[in-house]
Amino acid sequence: MAPTVTLAARRRSRRLAADAGLLAVAAAFSLPLAWVLLSSVDPHADLRVKAPDGLTLANFDAILKQDITFTPLLNSLILCGGGTLLTVVCAALAAYPLSRFRSRLNRPFLLTILFATSLPITAVMVPVYALFVQVNLIDTMQGTILFFAASQLPFAIWLMKNFMDGVPKELEEAAWTDGASSLQSLVRIVLPLMGPGVAVVTVFSFVMMWGNFFVPFMLLLTPDQIPASVSINEFFGNRGMVAYGQLAAFSIVYSTPVILLYVLIARRLGGGFALGGAVKG
Amino acid sequence: MTSALPHTKTAGGGPETTGPVPAGPPSGRRTPGASVRRALVRALPVSPALVLLLLFLAGPIAYCAWIAFTDLQLTGQAHSSFVGLANFRKAFADEEFINAVWLTLVFTVVSSLLGQNTLGLALATLMQRASKPVRTLTGGVVITAWVLPEVVAGFLLYAFFRREGTLDAILRWLHLPTQNWLFTLPILAVSFANVWRGTAFSMLVYSAALNEIPSEITEAAQVDGAGGWRRMWHITLPMIRRSIGTNLMLNTLQTLSVFGLIWVMTRGGPGNKSQTLPLYMYEQAFQNSMIGYATAVALLLLVVGSLFSLVYLRLLRTEV
Repeated sequence: MAPTVTLAARRRSRRLAADAGLLAVAAAFSLPLAWVLLSSVDPHADLRVKAPDGLTLANFDAILKQDITFTPLLNSLILCGGGTLLTVVCAALAAYPLSRFRSRLNRPFLLTILFATSLPITAVMVPVYALFVQVNLIDTMQGTILFFAASQLPFAIWLMKNFMDGVPKELEEAAWTDGASSLQSLVRIVLPLMGPGVAVVTVFSFVMMWGNFFVPFMLLLTPDQIPASVSINEFFGNRGMVAYGQLAAFSIVYSTPVILLYVLIARRLGGGFALGGAVKG
Repeated sequence: MTSALPHTKTAGGGPETTGPVPAGPPSGRRTPGASVRRALVRALPVSPALVLLLLFLAGPIAYCAWIAFTDLQLTGQAHSSFVGLANFRKAFADEEFINAVWLTLVFTVVSSLLGQNTLGLALATLMQRASKPVRTLTGGVVITAWVLPEVVAGFLLYAFFRREGTLDAILRWLHLPTQNWLFTLPILAVSFANVWRGTAFSMLVYSAALNEIPSEITEAAQVDGAGGWRRMWHITLPMIRRSIGTNLMLNTLQTLSVFGLIWVMTRGGPGNKSQTLPLYMYEQAFQNSMIGYATAVALLLLVVGSLFSLVYLRLLRTEV
C-alpha cells in the first residue's frame, strides 16, 4: 500500500501548489477589478485600490443622467441590437444551405468565411470611413449597424453552421415529405432545436459589438448618436480624469449587461464557454 | 502582395453568380435547367449574408487596395490621383512608421506570444490539478477581465499603472522603487494590459484541449517515473499542438488589431512610444489627413493579418 499512500500524498501537495499558483494569479487579476468596484462607492476615489472612505451612491447619482448615461446606453442598444439581429438572421439563413445541401461551393465559401473571421477589422476602418463619406453613410446609425453586422457575420455564420450540423437531418425529412419548404423547416424545426447555439451566436455578437470602440469611434460623429463605448472616453478621457468615482460607476453600469449575458450563456452551456471548442472547429 | 484579396472576392462572389451545384442527391435525374434552378433556390438564403459581406467587407477591402495607391486626403480635395508605390516608399522611409512596426512587434510578442499564450497554458494546466472552488474563482476573475468592454479595461489598467495607481502603491509598500509606468515603459504597460484582458481566451482553448487528453496516458507516464516538466514537454505539448497553433494565430491576429485599449491608456504616447500600427494609421488619417497614406499602412497590416489567417486556415484544413 505504501506507493499508493505516497502517490496520494503527492497528489495532495500538487493540488495545494496548484491552488496557491492559481490564487496568486487570481489576486493579481482582481486588483483592477477591485479598483472599479471600490471606487464606484467611494466619495473620495483616486487611482489606487483602497478601502472606501465611507459608502456612497453619489457617484451613481451623478452619472445616471440623460446625456451621460441613458442616451449613450440607448444608442449602444440600438446599434448592437440592430447589428445583432441582422447578424443572427443572415447567419441562420446562410448556414442552412451550407449545413444541409452538399455543393461544390460549400468548401471554398466556408474557407473564405473562416479566412474573413480572422482578418484584422481595425485595418479596414480607414477605407471604410473614406467609403462611407462617399456614399453618405458616415455618421448614420444604419451605416454603422450594417458594418457591425458585416464584420461579425463571418464568425456568426461559421458558428451557426457548426451548431446546425449538430441537428440531425432526419427530423426535417419528415417535414419535407409533408411539403414544408426549406424556410419553414429552418424556422419551425432546426432553429428551435439549436436554441443554445442560436443563443451563443446572439450573445457573442452582441457582446462583441457592445464592447467595440473603434467602429463607432470612426463612423459616428454627432454627440447624441455615439454609444457608451465612445462616450465613456469623451466624458472622462477628455476631462483629465478627475472624477474617478464617477468613471468607475459608469464603467460598472456600462459593463453589467455584457457580464450578465455572458453568465447567462455560460450557465446554459454548462460551464466552459463553447467558444474555445467552436473556434477549434 | 495582395493575393489574399482577390481570393476573398472571387470565392465570396462565386455562389451568387453560379449558385451551388447539387452533388447528386438521391432524387433521380433531372434536366440541367431544373437542377440549376433548384440550386439557385437552395442558395437563395445565403444571399442576404453575401450581399452584406460583399458590400461592407469585401468592398472596403477592395477599396483599401485601390486608395492605398492614391494620394487621397481627408479634406477639400477635388480628386485624388494614382501615385503608384509612393505611399509605401514613404512609409518605409519614415522613422515613425518603422518605430510603429517595432512597437507592434514588441506588443505582439510580449502580450500575445509570451503573455497570453504562456499564462493561459499555465492556468489551464494548474486548473487540471487544483480544487474546484479555486478553479471556479480564478476562472471567474480571468474571464471577467476578458468580457469587460475594451475601453473599460483600458481605464482600469490606466488607473493600475499610473503613478498614483495600485501598482506603485504596492511597490511602495514593498519598499521598491516606483515610477509612472505609462511614461517610462508605456509599451510594456499596454502589453501587460493586453495580457490581463486576453489571457482568458487562451485559458479556455487550452482547458478544452487538456480535457481531451485521456488520463491513462499521463498516468502511464507518471508510473514510468516521468516528472512534471518532462510529461509536459514530451506528452502534453505534442498532444495539444494543434490547439497551440490555433491559439497563437488567433491571439496574434487579435493583438495586431488592438486599438481602443492603447488609445485609452496612452493615446500612443508619450511622443510615439506606444504607437503601434493601428494608432499610427489613425494618426496619419485623421491628424495628418492623409487617407491614402494611412490606407497604405492599413493594407500592409491587412496583408500581414491575411498571411497569419492563411496559416490558421492551413492548421484547420482537415476540419472544414
